[in-house]
Amino acid sequence: MDIDKLKEKVIALVPEAELEENKQFLTFYIPAAKAHEFALRLRNDEDLAFDYLFCLTGVDMPKFLTVVYHLTSTRHDHSIVIKVKTENRETPVVDTVCDIWRTAEFLEREVYDLLGIRFSNHPDMRRIFLDESWVGYPLRKDYTDEVNIIEL
Amino acid sequence: MKEVIHTPVQHVEEEEYNINMGPQHPSTHGVLRLLVTLQGEIVAKLQPHCGYIHRGIEKMCEKDTYPQLIHLTDRMDYLSAHINNHAICLLVEDALQIEVPERVKYIRTIIDELTRIQSHQLWWSSFGMDLGGLTCFFYGLRDREKILDIFEESCGSRLLHSYYTPGGLMWDIHPNFQKSVKDFIKYFRKKIKDYERILSGNVIFRERSRGIGVLTKEDAISYGITGPSGRASGFSCDVRKHYPYAMYDKVQFKEVLHTEGDTLQRYLARMEEMYESMKIIEQLIDNIPEGDHQVKMKAVLKLPAGEYYQRVESARGHLGVYCISDGNKTPYRMKFRSPSFVNLSVLDHISRNTKIADLVAIGASLDLVIPDIDR
Amino acid sequence: MKFDIYDFTSFNQWVDKLLYDALPPVWALIVEMTIIGLAFLLFYALVGLFLVYAERKVCAFMQNRLGPNRVGPFGIFQTIADFIKLLMKELITIKNSDKFLFNLAPFIVIIASFMAIAAIPFAKGLHAIDFDIGILYVIAVSSLGVVGVLLAGWSSNNKYSLIGAMRSGAQIISYELSVGMSLLTIIVLAGTMQFSAIVEGQADGWFIFKGHIPAFIAFVIFLIASTAETNRGPFDLAEAESELTAGFHTEYSGIKFAFFFLAEYMNMFIVASIAATVFLGGWMPFHVGGWAGLNHVMDYIPPFVWYFGKTMFVIWLMMWFKWTFPRLRIDQLLNLEWKYLLPINLFNILLMAFVVLMGWHF
Repeated sequence: MDIDKLKEKVIALVPEAELEENKQFLTFYIPAAKAHEFALRLRNDEDLAFDYLFCLTGVDMPKFLTVVYHLTSTRHDHSIVIKVKTENRETPVVDTVCDIWRTAEFLEREVYDLLGIRFSNHPDMRRIFLDESWVGYPLRKDYTDEVNIIEL
Repeated sequence: MKEVIHTPVQHVEEEEYNINMGPQHPSTHGVLRLLVTLQGEIVAKLQPHCGYIHRGIEKMCEKDTYPQLIHLTDRMDYLSAHINNHAICLLVEDALQIEVPERVKYIRTIIDELTRIQSHQLWWSSFGMDLGGLTCFFYGLRDREKILDIFEESCGSRLLHSYYTPGGLMWDIHPNFQKSVKDFIKYFRKKIKDYERILSGNVIFRERSRGIGVLTKEDAISYGITGPSGRASGFSCDVRKHYPYAMYDKVQFKEVLHTEGDTLQRYLARMEEMYESMKIIEQLIDNIPEGDHQVKMKAVLKLPAGEYYQRVESARGHLGVYCISDGNKTPYRMKFRSPSFVNLSVLDHISRNTKIADLVAIGASLDLVIPDIDR
Repeated sequence: MKFDIYDFTSFNQWVDKLLYDALPPVWALIVEMTIIGLAFLLFYALVGLFLVYAERKVCAFMQNRLGPNRVGPFGIFQTIADFIKLLMKELITIKNSDKFLFNLAPFIVIIASFMAIAAIPFAKGLHAIDFDIGILYVIAVSSLGVVGVLLAGWSSNNKYSLIGAMRSGAQIISYELSVGMSLLTIIVLAGTMQFSAIVEGQADGWFIFKGHIPAFIAFVIFLIASTAETNRGPFDLAEAESELTAGFHTEYSGIKFAFFFLAEYMNMFIVASIAATVFLGGWMPFHVGGWAGLNHVMDYIPPFVWYFGKTMFVIWLMMWFKWTFPRLRIDQLLNLEWKYLLPINLFNILLMAFVVLMGWHF
């Protein structure tokens, strides 16, 4: 499917999707409430068939926290990037996609561990790299640690 | 939005007991702790605990300039060090729209393939050792030393080279490079037949690996298993074929695909990949064009603001680098999509209802490098 | 004194006469038993030391490296250094373990192998006890070792040891059948269970040649089964270091670990000497029935050189396939025994009986 048709299809499915211009892949911001249902459509729809989630990233942008999903289809060979943002910095919650793409189980645990974004309905929402008793989320920009981080 | 569920650590049924494999264990290839719940000899479930070698590389990248953070990528998957470096170099070169000389592309491809062979040699050695054939360890490492000697001559060190820089190579290759590589290929083509006789053809080995740890193609795609482990299940995911970089679109090689996805197929996929790598090197080694080994780059590299995703095929699978830049000389966010981390997630799924001895074989066939998991 | 290197009986009689002349009969008997006991202890220790060194050198050469070569010329004092180190190690006592059984287990393993070695003929006349049920005695006594292994695993109070001991117990008990039956094949050919008679019966050719096909099959099965019996080679999952650290002897340290270690090598020696005695002629030189010239030449080499040479050859075979093959899994191992080796063995015995009845052996 070429880029324009893909763009139209996505906007048809989720009218509130915001397109980001001039990116390497076709990138959309999807409102958090519609994210899980949209993700399910992305995988199940015959023309879209995005069955391979190859990267799940959490980013601490200056004004909000966002989760970036890089998807590609093994059948149609097209790629798309979906971003879900949340402005709530104290208790950010996003819907999980690990019932759709099983690779998300570990990737979402990593995002929770390092950035603090919780994923609802995740079967095993715990830290993966750091200790259970660790306080704070290291990848956040406002994270300070006098013992482990040396500021030059 | 529904509520957040929090699971307790490891729930044990009656007649089950927990065993810890690792973090210090002869066959978990690094510091990985596997909490295995067993019923007698059968694995009921498995929980990997990683993080023992978590160094916060992604956080450190936010403070390092692009040429500096190449040295950090070496230390992620140290067996595919060159390939990791290649990913960052391609990212920076694409973002700044720099075209590297042909000579650099040839050399990078040859060294990448040598890295792949060397990584698979170490994998073969430790696979044999885990199954009990300790002699395999010595044979594989002896042959790997030849590649490490080539690296030492041209790149300056045996492990963790940081030889590629954005724009080209650190310095030009040694004059002996071509001859050493050609000698190595001739030598290794003979030796790899020995490997096949010792392990691949051995009936004990085949019985230990056939039908064990089957990964179906749908599961491989859903779990995102790439590399030889994914290709053994039929998932065509070779980045060198689908999104070619360097010289990969100009050389002939086969993407090794199998269908059954058991341990034996993963083993055979890697062995065949070694042959394919040798084929690629043979096509390139005699034709390295003359030229500069580096494009003149600015002293300070600032990537234009935006997002960049670069993928390469490391020895373990799809290595992705996702960089968000805000125009400064250090990245705003650098994310490494490491193949071993994703491949680890399937270990629980495919080793249920197998025995402990099989768990060792499955873990070895997935070829995990723990620093790549933890970053 | 008549010290004949080809026949120790005269030497034995001389020593016997000396003792009985000098001391009252009871004391003479006790002194004789002490001498033989001490001789065996010394032999045990020396052979153990040599075998550990040999294994390290053999495996090193197969793995393209040198092995021990610093302690003494060619590293021959390496094992002594190792044992001194083991003697000096702290004996770690575990909490909550059954102390009596824990300490008893290594001794049982050593005693079992000691008792077995007493019945084997080393040269003509150099034979501690010559039972007329020699083979039966050796098989019976060497199966006492499994008790030691199970006790070690149980009393260690450690999950890994228990798994290792259970696996080992199942393995040893299964393979004893194959060992016994392959020896039974040769008993059918030889017509006797007495070791000295078996060796004498090979004066015109070793049983492996005399019994051709069934004897050769029995030899191969015996080698496989006895490697499994001694927890060696491709059947060493009881102590598979890459899976369960050290299996049933994980918790042992110092001299007790040295006992297990030594007992494993001695078991290998015993099994190899039984193979050498029963299949390859023991101390009997290589004779071909009817070729007097060749036989006369072969007789120049003293019998104990023949015996040790054959035993070392079988030991080298066992080491060779330990370092080449990967390990079998427990269910594959038990499958091999019950589904393959046992039926082949039974068929082989029938075949040998048929061959003997028809007189189709040499």
